[in-house]
Amino acid sequence: MESSVLVIAIFVLGIIAFVVGRSRSVAISQNVGGIRFLNSLPFYYGALTALWCAIPSFLVFAVWSLFDDAIIRSAIIATLPAEAAESVGGNLNLLFNQIYNVSVDAAGSESAPDYMVAAAQHLHSMQSISRWALTGLVLACALGTSIVVWSRINPQLKARYQVERVFRSFLFLCSSLAILTTIGIVVSVLFESIRFFAMVSPIDFLFGLEWSPQMAIRADQEGSSGSFGAIPLFTGTLLIALIALIIAVPCGLMTAIFLSEYASSRIRDIIKPMLEVLAGIPTVVYGFFAALTVAPFIRDMGLSIGLDQWLPISSESALAAGLVMGVMIIPFVSSLSDDVINAVPQSLRDGALGLGSTRSEVIKQVVIPAALPGIVGGVLLAASRAIGETMIVVMAAGLAANLTLNPLDSVTTVTVQIVTLLVGDQEFDSPKTLAAFALGLMLFLVTLSLNYFALHIVKKYREQYD
Amino acid sequence: MQDTVIESKAPTAKTVQVERTKKTTKTESNAMNAKRSPTEIAESITETVGKPLAQNAKLAMRNVNVHYDQKQAVFDVNLDIAENQVVALIGPSGCGKSTFLRCLNRMNDTIDICRVEGSIQLDGMDIYDSKLDVVPLRARVGMVFQKPNPFPKSIYDNVAYGPRIHGLVNRRADLDDVVESSLRKAGLWEEVKDRLESPGTGLSGGQQQRLCIARTIAVSPEVILMDEPCSALDPIATAKIEELIAELSQNFTIAIVTHSMQQAARVSNRTAYFHLGRLVEVNETEKVFTNPDHELTEAYITGRFG
Ligand SMILES: Nc1ncnc2c1ncn2[C@@H]1O[C@H](COP(=O)(O)OP(=O)(O)O)[C@@H](O)[C@H]1O
Ligand SMILES: [Mg+2]
Repeated sequence: MESSVLVIAIFVLGIIAFVVGRSRSVAISQNVGGIRFLNSLPFYYGALTALWCAIPSFLVFAVWSLFDDAIIRSAIIATLPAEAAESVGGNLNLLFNQIYNVSVDAAGSESAPDYMVAAAQHLHSMQSISRWALTGLVLACALGTSIVVWSRINPQLKARYQVERVFRSFLFLCSSLAILTTIGIVVSVLFESIRFFAMVSPIDFLFGLEWSPQMAIRADQEGSSGSFGAIPLFTGTLLIALIALIIAVPCGLMTAIFLSEYASSRIRDIIKPMLEVLAGIPTVVYGFFAALTVAPFIRDMGLSIGLDQWLPISSESALAAGLVMGVMIIPFVSSLSDDVINAVPQSLRDGALGLGSTRSEVIKQVVIPAALPGIVGGVLLAASRAIGETMIVVMAAGLAANLTLNPLDSVTTVTVQIVTLLVGDQEFDSPKTLAAFALGLMLFLVTLSLNYFALHIVKKYREQYD
Repeated sequence: MQDTVIESKAPTAKTVQVERTKKTTKTESNAMNAKRSPTEIAESITETVGKPLAQNAKLAMRNVNVHYDQKQAVFDVNLDIAENQVVALIGPSGCGKSTFLRCLNRMNDTIDICRVEGSIQLDGMDIYDSKLDVVPLRARVGMVFQKPNPFPKSIYDNVAYGPRIHGLVNRRADLDDVVESSLRKAGLWEEVKDRLESPGTGLSGGQQQRLCIARTIAVSPEVILMDEPCSALDPIATAKIEELIAELSQNFTIAIVTHSMQQAARVSNRTAYFHLGRLVEVNETEKVFTNPDHELTEAYITGRFG
């Protein structure tokens, strides 16, 4: 049977097992005086039978499918004559692929040597044996386990408890998936970074003032060793994130205060969805806007008031990217602050109003201080969002790694450099490529600690009023 | 003078118990004769029995009606609260006591759907005048809430909050004095004088409530409204607050909502009984608890509903 058919078969068998198990428990309950004398409801007996039918057989199926290719392969290769390995210069992968091609496409096999045709036939037969064996094993397993459970059904069987336990482990598995993925990413980034730091010293990387990761292709080219000082990237990132936060924090906070304390419910019903739309716009659209509208506008403004006499003004600027990014994260700040401001208990507001405070005094002196930890948490989350943002910066702030604090100049950020380092054909062992992983590690560490602090603060705040 | 009042009240509470058992039988027969449910009786009430009006009224309420949207919560209430008097508002849950109390310093303004009609005068000044500013009004009529709600600030700043926003003091030393005297009046000074800078939310429930009272009296209001100030407190904290209320009544006019009849009997001079938004009866506290004029009041204080 094909794998997909087999999976469907397991599923169908599971359903049948459910029905059979359930009806047996109902039948048994008649002998002992009714369903309430069963340990669990009939549903759980059905579910238990179904789980025992499906899970072990599925595991068998999964394990078999994982390993059968490798086993067949090594079996085939073991039968080959020594000359076969020599013909491909010891590259067994290539050899096996050739055999595989012959086995799939018999017409193209005329030119192949005899041993290869024989191996191909061998492969073919082994594959079909494997499939049939798998089918038989899976079906036997499904039937066997369900019959065992079915025969064990009795009023004392703790079916509900067992089903609940399986369900719990299933939930646990799902949640570990995300965590394992994260760990996997971190580990891979970490290993590549270690390789990078073996070539470039961490001191040079962390404190170097010049970033030009061009590696010479031939040794006699000029500038054969790139320089990997990441300070310009860090300052560029911070500059843009800072500009973004300067825009987003006051705007977002004021928006949240207006929405939660002043706006009538009709106005709130209009503004809130609009802010959510703002949060849903793809960043590349913001990038467009930043590069085509805001950046030229800022440059023209700068030129028209003659700033270029003192400062370099470029058509791609940190200011443009920062401003637009700030607008982009306003909804972040406002919706998180709105949540925490609404979580400030009405009794506190009443207390302040009852003492004769005006509305703005209540906000300034009671609501904001009470909500402050939550607001700080929201701002930190927004900051980590701003630091990780790429698209707007690529489009509006340029690629030049200038070490500058001039917001009208073009700068570049960590994320942008990661993109440029990895775009195009790269060798995966040159420092240029590996630098991307080191930058990624830095970025990960920074955003991780920001998020950690943010969540910590938000959590501490929650405890205060619940 | 106040001390004698309190002492004379302690025995009152005992007499109440005795009188109450005596009365039960009589009330029941009354109710039987009437053959009307308490709801029907309450809904037919048009006039408050007893003496709702007073000579030197600090607060005078006339024909007060309160609606939440379509639902009426308070019906045509007339009541005077005399200067330096403690008036207890009692009645079953949901009968509109809090709603009525919140009218007295316009706290109901914060609820969009709440509409207040009628006239409420503080020293002859209409507090629902459209030109009136609620900020000084609320400074004159302070409020203590059911749940202690200290601000998330230090103890000192909690008490200093009111004087600061109203600009009552100019110098730090004066502010210190106000804070100390308010905390002393609230009976909290000895407990917190060494930790004025620690957060007010770190105090126990009873201490928090006394802090809220200190915060209220720091603004030197003329009237203090208290909405079940002891309902979240244990008996010992409650006893302290009751003692405090008795002391405060020398200087302040107090309206207190309470669910505890013993408390009303101990702390108040007059008692107003509400039922389903109607003001059923107002009388001297002693009279209400020994020989009420209205059968509903009697039914309530004898514990037949509520
Ligand atoms: N914010 C509100 N919105 C709508 N109805 C309310 C509100 N507050 C109180 N009510 C209604 O007004 C009536 C009186 O409530 P309340 O004054 O709180 O009673 P009490 O304090 O005597 O228990 C109740 O029926 C209650 O449902
Ligand atoms: Mg109430």
